[in-house]
Amino acid sequence: MKHEIAQMTAPDSLLKVENLVVEYTVGGKIVHAVSGVSLEIARAETLGLVGESGCGKSTLGRAILQLRRAVSGRVLFDGEDLSAMQGEALRRMRRRVQLIFQDPIASLNPRRRIGDIVAEPLVIAGYEDQAKRQQLVCEVLSAVGLDPALVLGRLPHEFSGGQCQRISIARALVLNPEFIVCDEPVSALDVSIRAQILNLLEEMKARFGLTLLFIAHDLAVVKAVSDRVAVMYLGRLCEVGPPEAMFARPAHPYTALLIEAIPVPDPEVRPAETVRVGEPPSPIAPPSGCRFRTRCPRADRRCSEEMPELRAVAPNQYVACHHPLT
Amino acid sequence: MSGAPLLSVEDVTVELPTPRGPLRAVDGVDLTLGAGQTLGIVGESGCGKTMLSRAILQLLPKKAKLSGRVMFDGQDLARIDREQLRKLRGRSLAVVFQDPMTSLNPVLTIGTQLIETLQEHLELDAATARTRSAELLAAVGIPAPEQRLAQYPHQLSGGMRQRVAIAIALSCEPKLLIADEPTTALDVTIQAQILDLLAREQRRRHMAMILITHDLGVVAGRTDEVAVMYAGRVVERAPTPALFKSMHMPYTEALLEAIPKLDTAPHTPLPAISGRPPDPTRPIKGCSFSPRCRYADGRCVKEKPALAAAEATAHQYACFHPIRIAAGVGA
Repeated sequence: MKHEIAQMTAPDSLLKVENLVVEYTVGGKIVHAVSGVSLEIARAETLGLVGESGCGKSTLGRAILQLRRAVSGRVLFDGEDLSAMQGEALRRMRRRVQLIFQDPIASLNPRRRIGDIVAEPLVIAGYEDQAKRQQLVCEVLSAVGLDPALVLGRLPHEFSGGQCQRISIARALVLNPEFIVCDEPVSALDVSIRAQILNLLEEMKARFGLTLLFIAHDLAVVKAVSDRVAVMYLGRLCEVGPPEAMFARPAHPYTALLIEAIPVPDPEVRPAETVRVGEPPSPIAPPSGCRFRTRCPRADRRCSEEMPELRAVAPNQYVACHHPLT
Repeated sequence: MSGAPLLSVEDVTVELPTPRGPLRAVDGVDLTLGAGQTLGIVGESGCGKTMLSRAILQLLPKKAKLSGRVMFDGQDLARIDREQLRKLRGRSLAVVFQDPMTSLNPVLTIGTQLIETLQEHLELDAATARTRSAELLAAVGIPAPEQRLAQYPHQLSGGMRQRVAIAIALSCEPKLLIADEPTTALDVTIQAQILDLLAREQRRRHMAMILITHDLGVVAGRTDEVAVMYAGRVVERAPTPALFKSMHMPYTEALLEAIPKLDTAPHTPLPAISGRPPDPTRPIKGCSFSPRCRYADGRCVKEKPALAAAEATAHQYACFHPIRIAAGVGA
């Protein structure tokens, strides 16, 4: 495994996650949210992370930012071990990493004005010069396509979902971070607004030289913005690779299932009847061996006994499956 | 289609009072649906699709003002008394909501809720109702149906809860099922299973169905006809194959183009629709899509285009500058 991961190493990696395990208890039972995930993200790269609800993708994102502490494993950011950091050191590091949430309205304090919401990270980071803060806030609001003069003094409820997401993006950008975890940033938005926000994220990434972890459940959305994609199922990575190759020739049966399940806006295309394969098991008692085996048409005894490790099937394409499709 | 349609919605308008003035959620909508037919209603949030379905079900908020007529199975739903309406809903007119917990009672077992519906509407005895309930759960793809009858909604996953809601909706063999965003809260693999289930039961029971969604992909392979709504009005309506073959209303096309596709290369800028839908408390004089439309001219700002077909086809659109068509309506 070490060897394979070494091959995945990008020449200039900004983030490195090593064998991360995150568990928490619900009603006295242990939820195995993330069970040994290793990945790397290169500087200026967007890694898309896809999976269904409950697969642990959001928990992984939060554990990377140390908003939830891991049971074991390491998170290296620019060579420094975030998982070992505490107090002031961690706070300093947090200026370089940010998070954008799914629900743009709920993630903004309804009683604070937009100007204060966007300035808050600056206040926390110790920017004492108010004029300087105001200037940075105005710059970043303009960058996300809002007119500072019109929005600074207003409250979140005066804005639509798409505009609130622009404000959230402005708040995430105001400290000029290097790395942003985008946790389902467009899932709550309408189709016509979604495209605007995806385009904005791409623009901001180029303009500010950002590195992104883009979490979503929609493969097409992830493909639109990602350089590489990782597919997650029940706490583990199934497949990692470049989106074009992976979606043209998925190696993991779960990736293939996700692709098949997307509704196609074309009446000529009959919806596949093959996707009728049940629901994911509970992360409280995940299946032995390969966690996807209970829904997998290719599963055999080996799959229940032996956990498949990620291995290369094509250049830059890695799959954790005993019976890959390619 | 022969004789009177099963459902006909005639010039229905719904207004809701707000502190900023009346909000016209539905604005003069006409629709018809024959027995056993499926209609997709597509639109973004706030376009009035849910209010329209509530108007059909006579489930509007108390303060809402409804005008126009909803004829269902030969009856004017606004004129029949509450008792008749109550019998109709649940029996020949059923609904499945986006969030199954809207219709499921959290403190009653699945069995109680199903059996109660069957006893109430079909006057079955307890034992028959129980057997029928288990059969219904099996029909909607719930494993171990006998055991599920004793479970509460919170013990089931979101997908399983939606299956239960569908089982209850189907239990009295409705003539029309309204499915309002039935899969929006579900994961994509579960969504495909639920949509397949609805399509299968619709065909098997020869039931009419209205599928309400924001996703053109959802209606494409699963409806006979599609109505696209924008700002409370139907702006394009056509048999599904005709619509996808050639969209005439710029909004419909823009909506389709804005969906990220799997076969597009990464980092391709998406054709976004600029701006956002109009404020429904401030009606626009002309075409409500005109502020966002790349084809709009002076006429679109002043005059509201009517929903009409260009020639002797069933393909209607409300646009002065329809795309993929030689001359506009009345132009």
